[in-house]
Amino acid sequence: MDWLYIHMPISGVDLFWPGLIILGLGVGILGGFYGMGGAWMITPGLNILGFPMAFAIGTDIAHIAGKSIVSTIRHAKFGNVDYPLGVAMILGTMAGFEVGAQIVMFLERIGKVDLYLRIIYLILLAFIFTTVVLDYLKLKKKEKLAKEKGEQLDKLASGVTWYKTLHKIKIPPVMTFKQAQITVSLWLPMFVGFATGVVAGLLGIGGGLIRMPALIYLVGCPTHVAVGTDLFEVMISGLYGTFTYTWKGRTELLAVFIMLIGAAVGAQFGAVATKYFKGMIIRVLFGAAVCIAATSIAQKLIARIYDIKWLDDVSTVTILGGLSVLMFIIVAKAIAGMRKEIQMKKMAQKS
Amino acid sequence: MKKILITLLSAISLIYFLPSIAMAKDKTPPLVVVAHTKGLSGLSLWWANLYNDNMLLFTILTGCITPIAGILIGFITDYLLSLTGIDLTKRELAEH
Repeated sequence: MDWLYIHMPISGVDLFWPGLIILGLGVGILGGFYGMGGAWMITPGLNILGFPMAFAIGTDIAHIAGKSIVSTIRHAKFGNVDYPLGVAMILGTMAGFEVGAQIVMFLERIGKVDLYLRIIYLILLAFIFTTVVLDYLKLKKKEKLAKEKGEQLDKLASGVTWYKTLHKIKIPPVMTFKQAQITVSLWLPMFVGFATGVVAGLLGIGGGLIRMPALIYLVGCPTHVAVGTDLFEVMISGLYGTFTYTWKGRTELLAVFIMLIGAAVGAQFGAVATKYFKGMIIRVLFGAAVCIAATSIAQKLIARIYDIKWLDDVSTVTILGGLSVLMFIIVAKAIAGMRKEIQMKKMAQKS
Repeated sequence: MKKILITLLSAISLIYFLPSIAMAKDKTPPLVVVAHTKGLSGLSLWWANLYNDNMLLFTILTGCITPIAGILIGFITDYLLSLTGIDLTKRELAEH
């Protein structure tokens, strides 16, 4: 079975290449659907495949850059990418990321930074999950009230509407973002970008996990536009990350290629899948992904504090198993939607 | 318009260079990784040698090949998806 392994010229290891394609495919689908890079999903998978950790981050980021291009192009064709909004946010994100990284350096001098950061990460994920649940419950309540009054709720209505308060701040320049269908002070997306950048820099993550809900709940983007615009940001930061990590000698291009074959297909499919989901369902599935990530991090944290080796393995199973279930749901629903659309098209052609 | 573009580009480059300025503060020596070329031949050998000898070219090539590969595979998968007959230009924007 030697043909199933391929030699990596830089790291010098032999890797199970079908595993890399499957991993890329899975993360591609979830990334294209949720609008994020998903490095936090790839690392445990690469770990299992025996990928050298010295090359994991660089290879991760390079493949994220490649697949984000695919899903951004696809989302843009659907009209899900608001480029001016993305540019405004990325300026804030980059500055915020640097501030976050500086805070980490400061905290490192105090010590125990890793433990504290993992706890902050957990609290943040719990907060995002609670917000999604609250959003869903509030929307259901609104729907019920509208039904009782015999009215139709607006298609773009959502449960949590913090953005409405933030939209009242009209510090010039005030801009209209066409795709996102919002008119806000330019400072709002820049500030939200900055804040999410600080958190991403602090936690050492790409930030898609925080930016996507921030775009919905704080900036007021429709879910589909939040997904597409976030991917545009992931693409820019991914390209920058590819250069910096490769310059540090941490990228295995052959592995990037192999992963990209699966990831590009997955990203394309994940982006198309959003077409068959209502915004609220995307939010709920996103909440489920956040919950899985939080559970896995909590297990890892307990395993480290109490030195329980098996719990560390359980955390890997939690994240990969949980995400596989979500991926299955997305794929199943998307295929059903596609079949329905094709059937309707055929029926329309006949009549 | 030109002014805005220049300001925007300057802001982006400044932000891009900030991390390297911050990293310059870090006094810990970087971990040097060398690719083992023993047993390699052809393209793999050239690539590993490039990694060891010319990191700048290695970085530029990786940084350019990755997005190009992404775009190429993206177009191919886009074409294959269009063959299924589904509408790839429109979607309904609805939250519920």
